[in-house]
Formats: sequence, structure tokens, C-alpha cells
Amino acid sequence: MTQATSGGRALLLSFVLLAVFLGAWQLAVGGARDSGGLGDMDPEYAALMGVGAGSGSAMPSPIEIGRELWRHLSDPFYDNGPNDKGIGIQLAYSLGRVMTGYLIAAAVAIPLGFLIGMSPLFYRALDPFIQILKPISPLAWMPLALYTIRDSSISAIFVIFICSIWPMLLNTAFGVGSVRRDWLNVARTLEVGRLRTAFRVILPAAAPTIMTGMRISIAIAWLVIVAAEMLVGGTGIGYFVWNEWNNLSITNVICAILFIGLVGMVLDQVLYRLSRLVTYAD
Amino acid sequence: MDRNKLISVEALTRRFPGLNGGAPVTVFENLWFDVAKGEYVCLIGHSGCGKSTLLNIIAGIDHADGGCVIVDGQEVTGPSLDRAVVFQGHALMPWMSTLGNIAFAVRSRHPRWSRAKVREHCQRFIDMVHLTGAEHKKPAQLSGGMRQRVGIARALAIEPRIMLLDEPFSALDALTRGSLQDEVLSICARTRQTTFMITHDVDEALLLADRVLLMTNGPLARVAEIVVNTLPRDRNRTDLHRHPNFYPLRNHLMDFLVSRSDQLRTRVEGIDPRRPPLVFPRAEDGPGAEPSVVAERSHA
Repeated sequence: MTQATSGGRALLLSFVLLAVFLGAWQLAVGGARDSGGLGDMDPEYAALMGVGAGSGSAMPSPIEIGRELWRHLSDPFYDNGPNDKGIGIQLAYSLGRVMTGYLIAAAVAIPLGFLIGMSPLFYRALDPFIQILKPISPLAWMPLALYTIRDSSISAIFVIFICSIWPMLLNTAFGVGSVRRDWLNVARTLEVGRLRTAFRVILPAAAPTIMTGMRISIAIAWLVIVAAEMLVGGTGIGYFVWNEWNNLSITNVICAILFIGLVGMVLDQVLYRLSRLVTYAD
Repeated sequence: MDRNKLISVEALTRRFPGLNGGAPVTVFENLWFDVAKGEYVCLIGHSGCGKSTLLNIIAGIDHADGGCVIVDGQEVTGPSLDRAVVFQGHALMPWMSTLGNIAFAVRSRHPRWSRAKVREHCQRFIDMVHLTGAEHKKPAQLSGGMRQRVGIARALAIEPRIMLLDEPFSALDALTRGSLQDEVLSICARTRQTTFMITHDVDEALLLADRVLLMTNGPLARVAEIVVNTLPRDRNRTDLHRHPNFYPLRNHLMDFLVSRSDQLRTRVEGIDPRRPPLVFPRAEDGPGAEPSVVAERSHA
């Protein structure tokens, strides 16, 4: 069996699994509606719960989700005021915060990681701080950030910064610290200067490890931004999810979940492609 | 004093700190020898006698705990472009191509050279080690022998005064090793490159070296004898073993590695560490007889 047919089979199986899942979902939701689950519920209470006459269960069927997804995709960038923006705009706000916080974190973590990796003294001096700061949930910083920064959007960026700095810092330090002795000795016997050694030998040698850290960081940042935006509100995909929950629009919540997953996958793939560029076979 | 002395190792001592704060281990102590300009000197000894450590100290990437290495009248205090090293495990940068690895060395030597000049210079050495056509291949795409050729070209390309080779062929199969030895032999014959090489291959030493230093087992290793290669300098791997002096030499070195390297460890009396006995194994007593060993004491 060749690689291609094996890939084709996997794809086919994926579609079958998806179809079975969607079919079961459709049946379950439709079934609940047919049995008249509201039978013995007070109509007024039912209306209060948002499952009023005619609207059926709050749990949408896959077809309804599909329709809603199409509506989002056909007009992703509309803006009808603070509580009604297209999903594209919301995702762009979230991505903007993630990229800002992430890039600042990279700009701090990679040079600092270099220093820690190259100097055992710095490593030992900074290690206790890193060990204490690393396990703190990034959201725990939020009140402190809101109090000191006094700007909810920048606070969200700060939270992204603080959560994405650790994997990059530790991986850079590890990568730099474990550059093969032989390569450094080659540079030394060639009387290569410190700066040239750092850029031509240590950086390329550690690049795959650094890129792994960057990949872990972007994944964490994308996980955290949803929670952070639920807290600070205003704009972003996290706020969108929370807003739609308050509107009891489960359809939109599910759409948002799908989009969050898709964007997360794209971010990971981009970083994966980048890391392939710096990988070397040894 | 011999004015041709390019490397002079004087009273060299190296100790490693003991495990768990124990007493330090002396790898070698009071080591004396020298290498003349244009000479090819091999050092033979068992693993663990500090051969690589010694080479690293001469290269300037390790330090001594006593004594010193003098190169051309200057004490070695650190690495220098005058002393190129070919490492045991090729030590090529895997993210650079053949050309990139050699150019990295050439640019270190000649930072002001133009791109074209560097390229041209690299090409000369790539051709010299017969790697023409593999310029843009990464080390992972090369065979073990080709990688070591790149390592040799990289060392030669900076045109050092001294080449230091740390068991450069030990990881290669016999055929590849043979062809690389031929290449090194012809390059050194042409350029009269001063070379210090570590090996544990007796035939390799006889093919390449002018003198072979025999080092006893460590710890407390020392140079027990200096064997002068009595084979004519114009050597050839295919008929080297036909020369009458070949087996006396080879047996002498093998005897040393098999038994004497250990016996000599404890027998220190009567040997001046500054002047290890100089021996000239020759076939003068005819076949079957003990190979005659002409020892000379006053060579300094």
C-alpha cells in the first residue's frame, strides 16, 4: 500500500467519523424536539429559559450551526456597534493581542534565554525566580495588571506576555546551554569573536529548540486569550463567546468554538513551517 | 637548542579533579617532547592515557596544570588560527554546506577577503580533498569519509603552521581510512605541513609519521620512548609492508601497545622524562631474530 492511498483512506475515515458524529447529533436534537420535552413545563418558565414555543431545544442542530457558520463567513467584518461585530473583527482583535504580547515576550525571552544558557552564574541566579513565576496561572496576574496598567486591553496583552514568555525562555536557555562542545571548540580554534560565535554557531545550533519553545508559547497564548477576554470584555473572540452565552445563543457559541480551534491550528501550522526552516539533520 | 623546533612541550602536567571531592587524578605529568618544522609526529597510546587532553592543550582549548607548550618561541595561552584542529568526530556544523563550513573557517582567517576570493580559496581546498561536486551538500548528506575530508579541508584552508589531528580516521571503515591516509600523505609530502597526530593504529603511524611517540597507560602517563620511523620518507601504502624495516618497526610498536605500555608505567628509574629513549627499529639481524633496537640517548 502506497503512502498516497493510505492518506486517502485516512481522509475517507475522517469524513465517515464526522458524518456519524453529525448524524447522531442531528438525531439527538431532533428527537428531543419531537418528544415534546416541554410537555409538562410551565410555558412561562419555558419562555424564561429561552426554549419558548416553536423555538424547540436551545441545543441547535448541526444544520442550524451550518447556516449560522455560513452567515458568519459571508459577512465576517461587519460592525454594528459594541455588542454586534462580525466574527472576523473579533478574531482580529484577539489575534492582535496575542501577537503583540507574544512578540514582546519573544523579544525579552530569547536574548534573556541566551544569557542564561551561556552563563551558569545567571542560570543559577535566575532559576529560583523562574521556578516560582512559571507555574502561576496567567489569569492570576489579571487583577494586578488591571490595577497597575489601568487599561483592560493592555492588561490582556500583559497576560499573554507573561504566559508565553516561559516556554521560550526555558527552551532558549536549554538550547543555548546544550550546544555541542565540538562546535564551540571549532569556533574557538578559528578565533571567532563572541558575537560571531553567538550568531553563526550558537543561534543556528539552538534554533530548533528555540522554535519548539515558540510553538508551545503560541499555543498557550491562544488558549489564554479566550479566558482573558472573557474577563476584560469589550472586544475579541473570548468576549464574543461570553456575550453569546449571555444572549443564550448556543449556536454562536459553537461557531466561535470552531473558529477558535481553526485559528489555533493555523497558528501552530505556521510555527511548524517556520521551525522546519531552521531544523538541521545531524 | 634546535632552531627548527616548532612545538616544544615542556614538563606538561594535567590533573582532573577527583570524583566527589576525592584526590585529583593526574592524567600525565612531566611530559617532554618536541615537533620540528615540517615534521609529522604521531602519538600512540591506549585510551585513557590523556592523548586527546594533550592535543587539546596544544590546541589551546584546554589548560595545563603545570609546564607549558611553546609554539615558535611563544607560550600557548589559548587557541590560535596557527594551530588547526581536525576533530575526532568531524565537528562540522550540520546547518552549513561543505562550502559553508570551509568558508566559515576561511572568513575567520581573512575577514577582509571578498566573497569571490573566499569562494575561490575554498574551492581549491575542496578540490584538494577530492570533494568537487559536493560543495552544496550538508554534512548529513555526506558519507563518514567525506565528512572527515571536509574537516581536513577546513583545517588546511586556513593554512595553519601546525595541523593537530585527533584520531581523524578512527571512525571510518578500513577502505575509506586507507584512501584518506593516502590523501593526507600526499598533501603533507607536497606542503611539508607540520603535523601532530593522535592515533592508536600502528600501520597508520608507520605510513604517515616521521617519529612515533609511545605513551604509557594512564593515569600518570608519560612518553616512554620515541620511535624513529626508519622507512624511507617516500612511502606508499601498497608496498610499505615489503620494506625490510617494516616488520621490526611494526612489532616494536605492537609489543609496546600489547604489553610494554603497561609494564613501563611503573618502571620510572633510569629514564629521564626530558629525554625519553630514542629507538630505531631496523632489520639488520636477519629474519627470525629479535628486531634490533638501536637506542640513542643524546638527541637533544
